[in-house]
Amino acid sequence: MKTLTLILSLAVSAPVWAETPAELLAAYKAEATQAQPGFTPSAERGRQFFLAKRPVNDKMNSCAACHTENPRQAGSHVITGKTIGAMAPAANPERFTSSAKVEKWFRRNCTEVVGRACSAAEKADFIQFLSAKA
Amino acid sequence: MNKSLLILALCALSGLARADDVRPLGKVLPTWQNECAACHLAYPPSLLTAEDWKKMMSGLDRHFGANASLEPADRAGITTFLEQNAARRKPERHSAASLRITDTPWFQREHREVASATWKSSQVKSAANCAACHPGAAQGDFEENRVRIPAAGRKG
Repeated sequence: MKTLTLILSLAVSAPVWAETPAELLAAYKAEATQAQPGFTPSAERGRQFFLAKRPVNDKMNSCAACHTENPRQAGSHVITGKTIGAMAPAANPERFTSSAKVEKWFRRNCTEVVGRACSAAEKADFIQFLSAKA
Repeated sequence: MNKSLLILALCALSGLARADDVRPLGKVLPTWQNECAACHLAYPPSLLTAEDWKKMMSGLDRHFGANASLEPADRAGITTFLEQNAARRKPERHSAASLRITDTPWFQREHREVASATWKSSQVKSAANCAACHPGAAQGDFEENRVRIPAAGRKG
């Protein structure tokens, strides 16, 4: 049983195998806990992170600039106008179902909006906020 | 009517740039379609030179104000696809220092009748938004007789 638990927890902590929002969230949480023991994802922290206005890029000055303030609504690219599907998995079931895709967009958008890579803790909070039932 | 026909004939004879410069693609590379259409239209490769595409693909982290970086394998595959389908005839008409298709001599000539107010209108927003006036843009259809310019801005 201990061995099985160990194998399962190893599987969960490797983002490359994740295919559901819950699995991705668990993977980022595990990664964040390594740097910060006792870390718990927070939807409120994720919400503030999502809405925060930043000075890095004047058009893309927050996540909400493209993804709108309500993640259950479709957004649009602030420069090209292209429609962007809703971010909340409850509104858009394909969200957070591919770790490769999620990592790609975190890499791009964090660099553009935040000016650096996002930490595992920030990613966990972000998914926690978007997965909120309320 | 006769005057229009005469002008049309002269245009055809003088070999001015036509929508034929948008060369239809043989085989579409799926990653090109998926990656390049994520934020905007996957612009027809024949609208820029191979050199311009290569420059653009080597600076994707600084892609017109955005970060469009790719995994190395995807980047290499898309670059090859773009180079293979790039502008062939009159390459100087399909090149711009800014690497913007909308800054190329060909584009500027093709769109010389479009009022500047049209580009800024809420329905269009920018010249990069092909589908605003070219409903078939996503399928590579830029035929002039299917153009629909929204509201004010259309001449004649």
